[in-house]
Amino acid sequence: MTNADDLTRSFENKAGYLKYSGEIVIYGGTVIDELGYRQVDVVIEDGKIKQLVEPSDLVPKSLKLDATGCWVTPGLVDLHAHLREPGFEDSECIETGSTAAALGGYTAVVAMPNTEPCVDNASVVRDIQKIAATALIEVLPAGAITKSRQGETLSPMAEMAELGVRIFTDDGAGIQDGHVMRMAMEYASGLSGGLANDNGIVLASHAEDTSLSANGQMHEGIWSSKLGIPGILTQAEDVMVYRDISLAKLTGARLHLMHISTAESVRLLALAKAEGFWVTGEVTPHHLTLTDEELKSFDPTMKVKPPLRSSDIQQSLKDALYHGIVDAVATDHAPWSKQFKECAFQDAAFGISGLETALSVMLSSFCQTEQPKNVAQSNTGRLTPQELIGLMSSKPARIAGVYPRHGGPIQKGAVANLCVIDPNFEWVVNPEEMASRSTNTPWLKKKLKGKIRHTIFQGVPVVMDMVAQR
Amino acid sequence: MTQPKHLLSIEDLGLDGIREIMRLSDSFADLANRPIPKVPALRGKVVANVFYENSTRTRLSFESAIKRLSADVMTFVVANSSVNKGESLKDTANTLLELGADALIVRHSSAGVPMQIASWVDVPVINAGDGCHEHPTQALLDCYSISKLHKKLRRKSKNSAISFNGLVVGIVGDILHSRVARSLVTALNLLGAEVVLAAPRTMLPPAFESWDVVVSNDFDSLLGKLDIVYLLRIQSERMKVVSIPSLREYTTWYGLSMKRVKMLQKDALIMHPGPMNQGVEITPEVAQLPNCIVGEQVANGVITRMAVLFRLLVP
Amino acid sequence: MAERERMLRPPHGGKFVPRSEVMSAEDTKRAITRIAHEILERNKGADNLVILGLQTGGVDLTHRLAQTLEELEQTPIQVGTLDVAFYRDDIGLRPMIPQAETYIPCNLDNKIVVLVDDVLFTGRTVRAALNAISDWGRASCIQLAVMIDRGHREVPIRPDYVGKNIPTRRDEVIDVTEEGVMIGEMVKIKRQ
Repeated sequence: MTNADDLTRSFENKAGYLKYSGEIVIYGGTVIDELGYRQVDVVIEDGKIKQLVEPSDLVPKSLKLDATGCWVTPGLVDLHAHLREPGFEDSECIETGSTAAALGGYTAVVAMPNTEPCVDNASVVRDIQKIAATALIEVLPAGAITKSRQGETLSPMAEMAELGVRIFTDDGAGIQDGHVMRMAMEYASGLSGGLANDNGIVLASHAEDTSLSANGQMHEGIWSSKLGIPGILTQAEDVMVYRDISLAKLTGARLHLMHISTAESVRLLALAKAEGFWVTGEVTPHHLTLTDEELKSFDPTMKVKPPLRSSDIQQSLKDALYHGIVDAVATDHAPWSKQFKECAFQDAAFGISGLETALSVMLSSFCQTEQPKNVAQSNTGRLTPQELIGLMSSKPARIAGVYPRHGGPIQKGAVANLCVIDPNFEWVVNPEEMASRSTNTPWLKKKLKGKIRHTIFQGVPVVMDMVAQR
Repeated sequence: MTQPKHLLSIEDLGLDGIREIMRLSDSFADLANRPIPKVPALRGKVVANVFYENSTRTRLSFESAIKRLSADVMTFVVANSSVNKGESLKDTANTLLELGADALIVRHSSAGVPMQIASWVDVPVINAGDGCHEHPTQALLDCYSISKLHKKLRRKSKNSAISFNGLVVGIVGDILHSRVARSLVTALNLLGAEVVLAAPRTMLPPAFESWDVVVSNDFDSLLGKLDIVYLLRIQSERMKVVSIPSLREYTTWYGLSMKRVKMLQKDALIMHPGPMNQGVEITPEVAQLPNCIVGEQVANGVITRMAVLFRLLVP
Repeated sequence: MAERERMLRPPHGGKFVPRSEVMSAEDTKRAITRIAHEILERNKGADNLVILGLQTGGVDLTHRLAQTLEELEQTPIQVGTLDVAFYRDDIGLRPMIPQAETYIPCNLDNKIVVLVDDVLFTGRTVRAALNAISDWGRASCIQLAVMIDRGHREVPIRPDYVGKNIPTRRDEVIDVTEEGVMIGEMVKIKRQ
């Protein structure tokens, strides 16, 4: 980076957001978005894409970001991250979490409301938005469906929606009372302005019948049987997914199924979609790549909800991914500081960190990283780069109501929320280099293929050459 | 054979390891009968009993083994595990090492804690029972007791490798919540015994089809085939959800009464890891029978644990 | 040489390669007879006598000695074996294989105990045996009989009855069998 010093000087803080005045050129890469694959350089100015130019065209006096051999894609969007602030700042805060997200290629993340205090009213939303204003990327607070996520009384969704909250969820627990869920859906679909509204409110369901999951700590199956760890039935998820889909059909509410982990959930989701209902679903990189066998090490890092499932169930999740049944890959980034994980397995907190590794894990396991032009068709059961970017960017952006600001096509006049991915860069996940306050990731010290080289948020390079600009 | 570092599970130990411990146990077997039942083998070593869960028997058995080997014992008991929540296990383990422990004997209500601790410390860790996972020294003492006391095995020549081929062992009771069963089934399978589990369906582990056992819920029809009846304690404290309608119903179908004992083979042994719930899984008369070898199991527990400690602490 | 020594891998064991004969089978037989006479002479008969063979090298010798004593005195002799593995002072310094039987025929209070071993070398095995014996009772007297005393003592222990004194180098090995006594070296067994 020849002119990095100039760049640092030219950053200024306008209305809380970082700005960069001057032109930026991302050169040498392959642009991949909903429109396809193109070998062009991207010129950015004033937070917007100024033009796309042929690779050889010189753009003088600009900050040049090298994208040789890389993919230039819309910034990734995460539907499901726990940024822990307010309340659990020893595990993560908005600043560290959003920096981690920027390093992972995200330009927008939906922050889960299970904080302390819980995001169940406008003032907490405003607080988070205020803190998030200086974050490296856009943080979209999700609101709780019920007060304090107790599953009893509806939270004031309208006042939160007015502040821009689009996703409501009681994630972490799930609403046990069917009547409460029905009321939430009725109320929310009223606010949505019906199915026609593209930016209507989405109820995101953490599907878990806690009377069935009880004190379960891992997937119930051969491994839980062997390890003597109390199991969590797949049925604990299935029955709730059925209930929620069925209520969504009744009420017309938009339903998003979070962290799908069972074959039956996939089947029910596919069915609801085929019937034309607005039901979407996400899967996490860890459910797609790890199985319950990992628990044999008794490493609490692997303790997560929903639990890592058996390999046959995992195969249904993979199939759902290949066949477009699931709409998004979401991290369920759930950072926990050491005190929550360096304790007895049964006392350890559920959760896996994922913002900094999600794309790399998906690239390593599911994506053809050869020259993208040659593989326009997904024929090997793996995902094309375009499909993967769709699952991690444009599709989740639509669910979160931030499309095309995020995840939209890379074209003249679009907001410059971009990321540059080096698909063949091999790296080892090093706890020292992680921006997140917590390192509870199964990929710690593991080798991954593919990494984010640059992240551009509203025209500002917030990650340059794999280094966060903060 | 390579030196094992820890004793965490029977599976880790393997068949050779089991045989090694049983053979070594023989060296300690006569010790109790000596005027001074101690050897100076582990003089100067400090062994820490780290018990996060109440257990008088196992702790005392280990203490006795430690003392007979002339090592010193340090005891860390946290009766109420809720006190511990949030406390770092790692800190506790490190504290004990700073206090000079040369080995840690760990019991915890959570499965896996001994494995977690073993990954953090570089002294031997012995699993003294972790949640519903394993209780390897119990399985070792049970196998040792079977090898010494069952007539079918006693006839075999002294130097041949111990094998339980042809032996049928029935394990009866709450297998779902039993760490003893998990260790014992693995050990018996390795030694070549046939294992039958007899329990109401609610007390069987999930995916029990994956275990190398025969499962029955007709205890009576099973009795005539068994060489060993191994009764598990009905642990009401572990039954967070009701898995049987009542203790009386359990006793009716699975309790070992004199009537059922009469249906057993002549040489069959009755075993129990203790403490027995007399009147529930076993009637008081049966507990008094000479072929009920609960007392021998306790005595062999000390011997086996000496062998384990010796094996891990002496290179 | 103790059987367990043979089982250990180098540097603690290996294959014994004999170089020359130190005593013939006849020599050892005569030595046993002489030692038997000396024991009876020193202790004025065989009353209260307990012969303990040290595992594993001394056991065979013990039985031959006891047989000779029985022939001479026409009375049964109390014979036992002792494995001192758990009493050694080098536990942890070298591999050990405790597997030999300890059999003490009676309470040792007020008994005359004769410890029997094939070779007396550093004296550490005998020291361990003295500790072990004290756990079975208070013998009125403990004596030591060995077939070969090869010197190199590391503790103040001396034998009461010796078949033969042989000056040796430290790295030499003495092998006592029924066929006689050989001197030689241990060589490394090639690993597979």
